[in-house]
Formats: sequence, C-alpha cells, structure tokens
Amino acid sequence: MFAIQVQGLTKAFGDCVANDQVTFSVKKGSIHGIVGENGAGKSTAMKLLYGLYKPDSGSIVMDGKPRQWRTPADAISAGIGMVHQHFMLSETETVLDNLILGVEKTAALGKINRKQIEKDLMALSQKYRMPLNLSARISEIPVGLQQRVEILKMLYRGAEFMILDEPTAVLTPQEIEELFRNLLELKKEGKTILIITHKLREVMAITDRVTVFRAGKVEGDLETKDTSVQDLADRMVGRRVHLTIGGDHPEDSKLGHTPRSGGGSLRPALEIKGLGLLRPGESKPRLDSIHLTVSPKEIVGIAGVEGNGQSELIQAIFHPNNPRHRSSGQISILGQDIQAFDTQAIKELGVGWIPEDRHKEGLLLQKSLRENFLLGQTRREQFCKNGWIRWNSVDASLKQGMEDFDVRPRNIHALAGGLSGGNQQKLIIARELDRRPNFLVVAQPTRGVDVGAIEFIHRRLVGLREEGAGILLISSELDEILALSDRILVMYSGKIVAEFARGEVDAMKLGVKMGGGHG
Amino acid sequence: MNLDSLLDFSSAVLRGMTPILFAALGGYLSERSGVINIALEGMMLIGSFFGVLAALSFHGSGAPWMGFLAAGVAGGIFAALYGLFVIRYRANQIVAGTAMNLLAAGLTPFFCKIVFDSTGNTPSLPLEDRFQYFPMFLSFGLAFGLHWMSRQTPMGLWISFAGENPAALATAGIRVNRLRTWAVIASGVLAGWGGASLSICLSSSFSRNMTAGRGFMALAALIFGKWRPLPAMGACLFFAISDTVQMRLQGVPVFGGQPIPVEFIQMIPYVATMLILAGWVGQSRAPKSLGLPFHQG
Repeated sequence: MFAIQVQGLTKAFGDCVANDQVTFSVKKGSIHGIVGENGAGKSTAMKLLYGLYKPDSGSIVMDGKPRQWRTPADAISAGIGMVHQHFMLSETETVLDNLILGVEKTAALGKINRKQIEKDLMALSQKYRMPLNLSARISEIPVGLQQRVEILKMLYRGAEFMILDEPTAVLTPQEIEELFRNLLELKKEGKTILIITHKLREVMAITDRVTVFRAGKVEGDLETKDTSVQDLADRMVGRRVHLTIGGDHPEDSKLGHTPRSGGGSLRPALEIKGLGLLRPGESKPRLDSIHLTVSPKEIVGIAGVEGNGQSELIQAIFHPNNPRHRSSGQISILGQDIQAFDTQAIKELGVGWIPEDRHKEGLLLQKSLRENFLLGQTRREQFCKNGWIRWNSVDASLKQGMEDFDVRPRNIHALAGGLSGGNQQKLIIARELDRRPNFLVVAQPTRGVDVGAIEFIHRRLVGLREEGAGILLISSELDEILALSDRILVMYSGKIVAEFARGEVDAMKLGVKMGGGHG
Repeated sequence: MNLDSLLDFSSAVLRGMTPILFAALGGYLSERSGVINIALEGMMLIGSFFGVLAALSFHGSGAPWMGFLAAGVAGGIFAALYGLFVIRYRANQIVAGTAMNLLAAGLTPFFCKIVFDSTGNTPSLPLEDRFQYFPMFLSFGLAFGLHWMSRQTPMGLWISFAGENPAALATAGIRVNRLRTWAVIASGVLAGWGGASLSICLSSSFSRNMTAGRGFMALAALIFGKWRPLPAMGACLFFAISDTVQMRLQGVPVFGGQPIPVEFIQMIPYVATMLILAGWVGQSRAPKSLGLPFHQG
C-alpha cells in the first residue's frame, strides 16, 4: 500500500532539467529517505510534491488516483505537510500563535478562541508525546523545540504525509535522538514520513527505504537494510568516495598524530587570555573568560550548538579594537598583541579567515569571481600598485587557485552567485590560502557543501596544517570536528566548558557537553 | 497653574495629538505588515486638502463628515498608488515614499490653484462646518480597537507574520502581498484622516505644506512605541505635550524679561523627537522583514 507514488516527474528550468523522469514510491506508514548532493533535484522534487512547482510531465498518485496541485493549499488539504529547512515561524509570536496561523478558530466578533485551541493543542501534543509550552515565544525556545512546533503544526492541519527537509542540520545529537523518537512515534500512529538529508548515517538509522538522486535522476531506490553509508555516498557522487580522511587514502597517513610541539620556541598562532564580551544592556556575557591557544601545526576544533558564542569569538578575533566585539581580555596572533589592530592589519599578519556565512561575509554574489578573489587583497603589491589594480596578476593567481581547488566552472568572469555552495566555498578557501596564512580561522567550512567537496576541503585544511599553519576550526558538524581536530574545545553559553585531546572523546560525549550537561 | 488653565492645556494637548495619532496608527498597519511608510507625510497632506475641499463643497449639509470621508478616500487612493509601486513593482520603499511625499507637496497647491485660484490657502471653513472633538475620540477609539485587533484576531496575527516572516504566512495559505496592499491602503485612509483633523478640526483651512513634518513625527512615535498601537499613542501624547509647551512658551519673557527667540522655542518638538529616537531606537526592534518585498511562489 503506497501513500504516494511519483511517476515520471519531469521539471525543467530553461535548459536545465532539474527532475528527469523521477519515479519512486513511498509506502504508507514508513519512513522514507531522500538523499543526493546539492543540485541533484531533491528540493525540486519536494516542491513538486508540495505544490510549489508544477511538473512539466509525470504525475503524483495518492491513494491510487493521480492528483494535481494548483497551490500548496491543495497539497495541504490532501494531507501533505512540510517542515522547511528554514523554519516558517515568527520569533516574536508565541508557540500557540505560530501553530494556528492560517487555521485560527474564532468565536464571537472574530476573536481567536485561544482557550478552545489550547485544549485541542494540548491533546494533540499529548497524543504524539511532544510536550510544548504553548505560551512561550519562539525566540525563547531552543531550535529542537522550534522544530517540534513545525511538526505539530503539520499534525494540527491533519497531515498524514510529512516531508522534512534537512531536519537534523541544526540539532544537537541529543535533539536528533529526540526527533527520531518522535518520528518513530508518528510512524507507529500510521503517518508517512519523507526525510531529505545529506547525513547518511541518519538515513541508515531511521529510514525503511531510501531513494538516491543524482543529477536530476533517481539513481537508486533501495531497502535501507540492503545498503550502507559507503554505498549511498558512492551512488550520490557517482564514484568511490573516501568518507573519513584517515581511511585508505595515501595522504591520510599524516592524519591524527598529536601536535608536534617539537619547535617549543615557536610562537603560538593564536593566544587568547581572559576574553570577555558583555554588551551594554545585556545581563549575560556573550563571551566569558575564554582562554585558548592554537599552536602552529595544530587544528583546534570548537564544538558547540550554534549561538553559544562561537560567532562572537570569531568577531572578537577580527575586531579586537571594537568594544561591541571585545570588552576585556587579550588576544595575540603569531606573537603580536593585536588589541589595537583593525581587521586589515590582522589579516596582513598572515591570517586567513573563512567566515561562517559565505553569502554575507565571504563573497559578493553579484560580482565576478575575479573581483571576489581580489576582495580584501588590494593591499598586496602583487595585485595593486600605485592605486592601480594589476588584473593580469590577479587573474593568474585566480586561475592557479581555481585549478588547485577545483573550482567550477573555470570561468573567472562568472558571477559568484551562480556557483554551487561547494564551489563558492572552494573559491573562498583558494583566496584565503593564496597568501599562505600562518594562522587560519575557519567557520562552518562545509555547511551546505556536497559530500565530494567536503572530502576535498578537509584534505586541504589538513594539508595547510602540515605546512605549519595553526587552524582554529569552528563547526557545528561533530563529524567534522572529530575528524580534523588535534584538540577539541566545547563552547556552551559563552564559555569553554570542556577540552579533549584527539581520540579522547566521541560524538555522544561531546553532545552532552554541548548541551551544557556534565556527562 | 489653576484648574482652568490645566483643563485648557490638557484639551489643547489631546486635540493636538489627534493628527499624528491617526498617522501613527496608519503607520502601524503598514509597517507591521512589512512595508516601510515614510509616505505618511504625503498621505496626510492629501487628506488635509481634500478634507477641506469636500467640507467647503457641502457647506451646511454635514460638511465635516463629508470632509472626513473625502480625506479618507483620497488618502486611501494615494496610498494604493504607493502600494502599487512598492508591492507590485517592488520599488525601493524609501525612494518611492520620498517620491510620494514630493508628489503630494506638489499636487496639493496645484489642485488648490485650479479650484481656488491660489497656491497658498483655501478659503476658511465656517465654525459650523468644522469638527470640534469627533476626530480626537475617533483616533482614541481606533488606537484601542487596533490594539485589540492585533492581539485577538486572525487579521492581527497575519499582519504581524507578514512583517516578521512572510514566507511562513504564505505557506499557511495566506496571500502576503494582498494583505500588505490592504494594510497600506488602510494606512492611507488613517493618515488622510490625520490630515483632515489638522485642516478641518484644529484649523479652518488648508495651507501649503501644512502638515510640516507631522507624518515623520508619527513615524517616530511608532518606532518609539515599538510598532505597537498603545505605546505609539503614548509617544504621540509626549510629542503633543512638547508641541503645546512650545506654543505656550512663545513670547513668554524669561531671563530678565527677554523672550527666547521664537525659532528656538519652535525647535522643542523636533529636538525631543531626535533625542527620543537616538535614545530609544536601540531598544526598539523593527519587524524582521520590514522593507523587504515578498516574492510570491
């Protein structure tokens, strides 16, 4: 018995065929995974299912009948619900108001009947064992609960078929476990769940069946028990992928050995003493007496749920002279006290910065690759002399960088906004590494980046360390932290709450620390 | 200060706050739904002219009511034009708003010239064709009504979602741009009434550029009031007090019998506005999607 059958769905945007004869079926009461690289057509397929796009050909069959949606409202009334990757919530409103948006029950004078609604919602959240404080504002509850609001929102609208787009991207390991418990509960109640993700281990853990997308086509439709993480990764990319560096790849023998403190006289790449940040009008410090050292030839990983001070830490390192970003403490980089330095001066010390939000801080999306490559490098005489830009030299370095870092397409005049996430990130890395930094700050280097590119980026970071640079790695991906770091620090609520050497800790233990626990 | 002068002062303050209160409430609807509205000033000006025009034409037969009606309609139509630019065609809201203000500043004397053969003033309305207190009570009632609406009705919820996370509203099946258009039109109606309270209640004629920045003060009051109706009303009250004080202080001798030059006295409300905005805006959080056009689908 199938909840939904997708038959030969095709959708093209101009010349680009985003979905080509996509066919798969989802069993009623099952959890079905959809995996694929960015741009493989997963999102397009989901938008077709949810009525946000109309297919060029092919059909969606529900309960044996072909169906057509004019708008998402049609899909919703047929019992399809979707939790988008970016939550569709208003932070300033209460949980209750977010849950009822668009389906408000009203009493006399058009007044929202909150009492009655509250009763209904309490019953619903009890039935599915997803407790929530209905009167809290969204901004006051953690991301895991915000996601729960989204799931209950679907249930309140009577959804039988639920699509979850990258549901675990923003959760801690504990929250992920909680989510999976909830999903299994829903499955027991007979709901059908379609889960889109790039985390293959989770697919293996929770799904019954999985469909692999590659380049707009369905590459495989498998029983989960008949496949493996490696098999799925290979199908997604279309070649053999080395999932964890440290495996059978020849370069990986360098990995994982403890930091060489052989050159004991070497100045630390980064030394932070008692760094604090308390903004006026705020009662809690955003950074609380942070002590931190990064040695040359060392990768220090900072694990933590987003919003626990990681962004503030990076901003303090690059804007130490701005009281909005640093209120106390000392920072020195490569032996220099940088207290009075501005960002430009800091970068001229030989510091690279790969920012966490490549769209906001890393690139100008409306500008060409060559302009983006020059960004922040105009003080280098090689690129600018006497007020003139030496485009020949810029282009030569860029071409070399694009070659080294496999940035595609190899067109220096292409707009940065037209590149895939992985290629944008590789361009930034090429730029920041072009000046051979001795110290590199890397935040979320592989967010929204394909499996193939992740492998590549990780290898490059390790390579840079081998050349002697110190690297501060900030990531909410535990696998990444565990794979790359020589030392791991955990940030929680503006403090560093734990420190581990490589191999001393696993994801579960880190997760507890990240949630502020004392496990 | 005796009781009589206190009553007199209070009545002047409450009547005086009516125009900016109307405009601030209009601004509330538009801005909470996500559309910046610096065109309030122009909408008020349009309302003040058409209010007088209609009141003069209906002399003796419900003139002030007709004036108010016309001011609301004219303000609404003017706002619809603004909505067309910024919602349908996604023009920059600051630029389009400024253009609307310039348009209103030019159109009103132009119409005035056509109808009354003077670009400066319209003829005066006789007392019986003017309002005394009605606009004031209406504006107070509206403030409480909008407060109730914002918290208790689906419409209030939708408006605040439109300004915070319009995509969430769209996925809940409500058309964001249609909602915003109506909110902008309603803001024009209210701002038009604000203008009419100026011309057919507080004074007796339209004069060129008679709003003199009140639309902007309404916007300041709205921001000061954290984009909520009742606190915005409080801010309007504060501005009205400083304005009334300003008028009473003109020509009053201080410092050894010399009056303070009137130019300095007249600065009081504007200086108060600046101080308040500089001191408070940091703590006031704008709707997240304010000023961002929404792309449907």
